[in-house]
Amino acid sequence: MALSIQEVQHVALLARLNLRKDEEEKYAEQLGSILQYADKLNELDTEGVEPLDHILPVFNVFREDKVNPGPAREEILANAPLVEEGQYKVPKII
Amino acid sequence: MDLYELTLHELQEKLYNKQVSSEEIVKSVFARIKEVEDKMQAFITLDEEGALDRARKYDARGNLSSIAGIPYGLKDIICSQGMKTTCASKILDNFVPFYDATVAARLKEAGGVLIGKLNMDEFAMGSSTEQSAFFPTRNPWDLERVPGGSSGGSAAAVAACEIPFALGTDTGGSIRQPASFCGVVGLKPTYGRVSRYGVIAYASSLDQVGVFSREVRDCALVLNIIAGGDPLDSTCVDIEKPDYTAFLKDNIKGLKIAYPREYFQEGIERGIKDAVKQALLKYEELGAIVEEVSLPHSEYALPAYYLVATAEASANLARFDGVRYGLRDFEAENVIQMFSSTRAAGFGDEVKMRIMLGTYALSSGYYDAYYLKALKVRRLIKNDFDKVFNDFDLIVAPTTPTTAFKLGEQTGDPLTLYMNDILTVPINMAGLPGMSIPCGFAEGLPVGMQLIGKPFDEGTLIKAAYAFEQNTDYHTARPDLGVK
Repeated sequence: MALSIQEVQHVALLARLNLRKDEEEKYAEQLGSILQYADKLNELDTEGVEPLDHILPVFNVFREDKVNPGPAREEILANAPLVEEGQYKVPKII
Repeated sequence: MDLYELTLHELQEKLYNKQVSSEEIVKSVFARIKEVEDKMQAFITLDEEGALDRARKYDARGNLSSIAGIPYGLKDIICSQGMKTTCASKILDNFVPFYDATVAARLKEAGGVLIGKLNMDEFAMGSSTEQSAFFPTRNPWDLERVPGGSSGGSAAAVAACEIPFALGTDTGGSIRQPASFCGVVGLKPTYGRVSRYGVIAYASSLDQVGVFSREVRDCALVLNIIAGGDPLDSTCVDIEKPDYTAFLKDNIKGLKIAYPREYFQEGIERGIKDAVKQALLKYEELGAIVEEVSLPHSEYALPAYYLVATAEASANLARFDGVRYGLRDFEAENVIQMFSSTRAAGFGDEVKMRIMLGTYALSSGYYDAYYLKALKVRRLIKNDFDKVFNDFDLIVAPTTPTTAFKLGEQTGDPLTLYMNDILTVPINMAGLPGMSIPCGFAEGLPVGMQLIGKPFDEGTLIKAAYAFEQNTDYHTARPDLGVK
């Protein structure tokens, strides 16, 4: 079943994606059919199954707290679309 | 025979014996590229001058490792210092990393000669390389057909003898499927075997870097260099790494091979089933014990995969916002508008689609029903494999349900395209090592056989692949590109 346009718009806002009207309609349809396919998972009883979010045993990896040389600021900023006084510049936030 | 036709280990021997120089090899490879690249379109970036410079430096310095002086390419998802890394996306069109991914750094230190960056589906999301924002790559066996994906450029370039080896990445089959479509060797190591540092993330719990080559020996040589712990990637496990060339022994007597019945069901092309069944007979002939098994949750792997992978992707791709690198919409009046319009302009359809799906699956009210459910199913899938590996050393199956399809044939409905991954995603969900090797042809197109191993047991894959290769000649077939 297709998602509603309102649902698509809500998800697009969360995902920070401007969608055109035709895209909203397309994704409403396509997301609906993929989610319907995903409903297949409900055939399985997973009561009591521990979710597997990581394939390896997860543990914290520690290292010595010592300073390693990092890249120069100019190198990092070189790829930025807009820089001022050694900092990223973005449009007004507040 | 021209130098570009030789495999990595053949070139290495010639270099070692000083019969050729690295410069001559690189020149031969570029002559080949000039001959076929117009048709193939495998590379996004080529750096002939830089490559020749690196080759001359090698020639002056001498042997460093088994790949020293050998040209290679990297999938354009792997950061290369000073060389554009686009992920085949408009949003990273002009991105030049200031550092190397760990795998790139290791190949560089070993003296390999990087010649360029290979085409792929945008952000590794696709199975045909048609989702590249720039151009589609062609299959050298039939230029009307796709090379597979997402690492389609890597597979096609190796198959067309443009390079002896390449690296790619595999999240749901993106190394094995194109290797199968192009008739080359493709290895996805165990999750955690190879560092992902500097590899642009798609789905962090599934992504793994691996190798394309024309022969199994070459794959072992490259794995020796890229595998092993990395302080810069805490998920890359620092456990002992064997010398993978030690597994290149033509003796598999007593090896216990399972083939899962779910991987031979309807929907898998006849020609593919036949070729893989023949290969299983060959294994029996070579002394292996071959038995049918069941992986009962197989059919649930694909829907679970698409929820897990897209959920992770939606988080990973949040970083492309027009602030630190890549495209930016300068017209936007506030920062949220800038994020949203930059992303709308920079991402292609399939990427947007997957970000939307992942965002939905993680959103409030749906998290338990989709994402959490998928992680529970993931556990069941892994349990299936664990059970089989209690009694067997190796699982053998087809790599893909079909041979290479035609360009434009599967661009409409995402679900149709996703079905390509049905035999490869379970292996990523369980974090296991998987390999595709050529095992025959169906109507003139290569068929791949998938070898699946226990965690961190790439050695057994290499051993079984090598034994098959030594006793068959599918790996010697080369596509005819109508030149020469």
